[in-house]
Amino acid sequence: MNEIKDVSKSNYKWVGKRTRRPDGPDKVTGRAQYGDDLVLPGMLCGKILRSPHAHAKILSIDTSKAEALKGVKAIVTHKDIPDHALLEPPFGPVIADFYDITRNVLAREKVLYDGHAVAGVAATSDRIASAALKLIEVEYEVLSHVLDPFEAAQPDAPVLHEHQFTNGVTPAPEKPSNVFRVVSTERGDLEAGFANADIIVEREFSSEPVHQGYIEPQALIASASEDGAVELWTTTQGHFVIRGLCSRLLNIDMSKIRVTASEIGGGFGGKNNLYAEPLAICLSQKSGKPVRMVMSRSDVFRGTGPASGTYSRIRMGAKNDGTIVAAEAEIYNQAGAFKGSPVGRSLDSFFSSYAIENAKATAYDVCVNRPKVAAYRAPGAPMATLGAELTINEIAEKLNIDPIDLRLKNAVQDGGESLCGVKYGRIGLNEVLETVKSHPHYLAPLKANQGRGFALGYWMHGGGLSSVNANLLDDGTVSVATGNPDIGGSRSSMRVMAAEELGVELENVKPIVADTGSMGYSHLTAGSRTTFATGLAVINSVREIIEKLRALAAKKWEISVEDVTWEAGQAVTHRDGFESLTLKQLAGMATKMGGPIAGHSEINACGAGAAFSAQIVDVEVDPETGLSSVKRYTIIQDAGRAISPDYVEGQMQGGAVQGIGWALNEEYFYDDEGHLLNSGFLDYRMPVASDLPMIDTVIVEVPNPNHPYGVRGVGEPPLIPAPAAVANAVENAIGRKLGSLPLSPPKVLKAIETGMPRES
Amino acid sequence: MSKYLISANINGDEVDFACYADQTLMEVLRENLHMTGTKNGCGSGDCGACTVIMNGRPVNSCLVLGAELQGADIETIEGMSKGNELHPLQQKFLDHAALQCGICTPGFLNMAKSLLEKNPDPTETEVRFALAGNLCRCTGYDKIVRAVLDAAEEMRTTTS
Repeated sequence: MNEIKDVSKSNYKWVGKRTRRPDGPDKVTGRAQYGDDLVLPGMLCGKILRSPHAHAKILSIDTSKAEALKGVKAIVTHKDIPDHALLEPPFGPVIADFYDITRNVLAREKVLYDGHAVAGVAATSDRIASAALKLIEVEYEVLSHVLDPFEAAQPDAPVLHEHQFTNGVTPAPEKPSNVFRVVSTERGDLEAGFANADIIVEREFSSEPVHQGYIEPQALIASASEDGAVELWTTTQGHFVIRGLCSRLLNIDMSKIRVTASEIGGGFGGKNNLYAEPLAICLSQKSGKPVRMVMSRSDVFRGTGPASGTYSRIRMGAKNDGTIVAAEAEIYNQAGAFKGSPVGRSLDSFFSSYAIENAKATAYDVCVNRPKVAAYRAPGAPMATLGAELTINEIAEKLNIDPIDLRLKNAVQDGGESLCGVKYGRIGLNEVLETVKSHPHYLAPLKANQGRGFALGYWMHGGGLSSVNANLLDDGTVSVATGNPDIGGSRSSMRVMAAEELGVELENVKPIVADTGSMGYSHLTAGSRTTFATGLAVINSVREIIEKLRALAAKKWEISVEDVTWEAGQAVTHRDGFESLTLKQLAGMATKMGGPIAGHSEINACGAGAAFSAQIVDVEVDPETGLSSVKRYTIIQDAGRAISPDYVEGQMQGGAVQGIGWALNEEYFYDDEGHLLNSGFLDYRMPVASDLPMIDTVIVEVPNPNHPYGVRGVGEPPLIPAPAAVANAVENAIGRKLGSLPLSPPKVLKAIETGMPRES
Repeated sequence: MSKYLISANINGDEVDFACYADQTLMEVLRENLHMTGTKNGCGSGDCGACTVIMNGRPVNSCLVLGAELQGADIETIEGMSKGNELHPLQQKFLDHAALQCGICTPGFLNMAKSLLEKNPDPTETEVRFALAGNLCRCTGYDKIVRAVLDAAEEMRTTTS
């Protein structure tokens, strides 16, 4: 069942209505062109040779036999890609170190994970390219490796980067370390807080790396021309970002690279990064032909993503009345082969739903011999939330307080701030928690072997850089071009907002995702920023058109523009003797009375809102096999305002199901040599339709005051509390403490037989 | 390596193509015939994105060889709508917002069409099990299952 609780009782023509998406017909008929669907004349097939070792020195690469194979047109190794200097401190929250990026794109001195790209080949056919890969001779010296972040942080662990010394510790270390940095945030007096506590709960947690699991593998075509220009077609969450990265990495003028985003078959953060693009550009430059590169599913698992695996410790103290007086957290985030795990977002995610006077969180960014981690839907948050929320539930149980009441007692209020100091404006946390408390699911009885879990998640949404061009056409229709790939219905929400502003029918607005040559910079479709930030730019652009239309009507009527208003798609004046002019009439006269009408907006959107997602889940555990089945699931989330409720619900449902997979099934298996054993969907077990019930949603609408329609963003929060909620349900079903994801049947069975009982 | 010359019936049209012995139906459709509505998610029969209907049965086209197709009847997503009229399943996928990124959609539509041909009145559980070989990472399946159930109801009403 899906409900909407609109706190502000709004009344719009299109906003909040269930409308069909503009790109829908192309996607149900097979017309939509994804990364792998474009064909260019004369195009070559590109393939990547990947490391067979988890950690090894590259002694030599001999490509001569492969080059001699008929049909092979170009080969690239690290020698063909420029090197870059190592980034120096201070380091920002998000690190783009081209020293690392160039080495991740193609290994130089060492290979750092099974599947690390070593060379690229372009040939006239798939078969010849595959044959050429086998003819490339690479000599390795195998080194010992480490896969676990906690083990990798120990002083005797094999070191990936001899030049890396831990940042953020004093005294400065003398030995290189896999720990790139230690970051922390703190408020109040932690020890005084614990001294004041009536009870203290302390627990350990771990979570495995999980892949974003988009169904469309990375795929692209690069075409370099004789004059140095590069055309790139790729499946990405940010074609402007890809342009910038390729330009800097390959030393090509930014204006010479034009990137077109294909339709994107899922990303979830995993398509924010560079992988094969620079190789394909180099292969095209060398061969003079367009080069298509498509990853196999095995390439995707071995070479891209995942989210960080983690080890964490949580300690929380509370008074007997439920007031949480102290909270401390520590987390080791696996970064993969290169620094840059989402430590900042982990810190901010532990306790930021609560007003805890004394709190501290510390995070370690740890390199291990696995693929470099990529963003995955609320990067850093679900794994921090796992420990914090399970600990809070244990406090509630120990104090015999309802877990929602405990949270209401400690909930952060309007004007409060997150643990990292992010200031909240108007937030919907109380409304979300009150909705949980009265929800039929929360009050429903459970059956035998079932447990109910609950968890709360927090996310501060993104704003940032967005550009929009809106053009009024002669027939009165409007094209709205954004620079954001449409990953889950953003064209629909852009169209809704534009049509709402203009007061016209949806069919009169055509949303477009434009290429990098056509308009100003737009940041990634990521961080739940697009409907908020790019939406603001759409509204600005359309309002500029409306201003110009008012001026045009004033000119036509020979009256002052102040006397013209825009109402329901028409220019109107209160003065007598003038008949309103429709958008269509004005569009028809524009070119004859001054010229074409367009609006554009280039912004750095600020004021994105914080949002909270609360989740209730019932899990049934088979006591004989340890198999956990989700029986009922309800998501209650503040979306600010749902522009397109169908797609808001879709985000909530999809995010929660990713969390179910994270909690119950998904993990990587490696052998003793560090080879990934399950690089396919058969053994990397994502949830399927028969695993699941319907996923109920309640959209709570507490509008964000910094957006004309109150948008907060919706994509990240639904994943954040899901692993914690599911784990809590399994704990309650079997009466044992569980802290190590995934809760696979053998692990649950072992916990039933020998696990630590829950204290009452 | 020599090629096989094959004549098959694709979406009601006789189509001739030449393919290598190791080329899959998915490759033939996508690479030889440029019918890219059939999607490649894994190439190993684990995701269902390349599902087409072969001689009345749903198959992962990445697990069928092109050389096996002499005289075969193949239905792909490109043949699902009739002229400009969408199939009820296509309509319902749009009405229920049963797609986000859309990459898995052609496979789901073909699998659901096969289900409803065999079982015009499936329960929710039957729909879920029929679609269990098709992965979707965006939707959590809720809206897909609703769309299929709603399409089944509409198709029963219009045919009875």
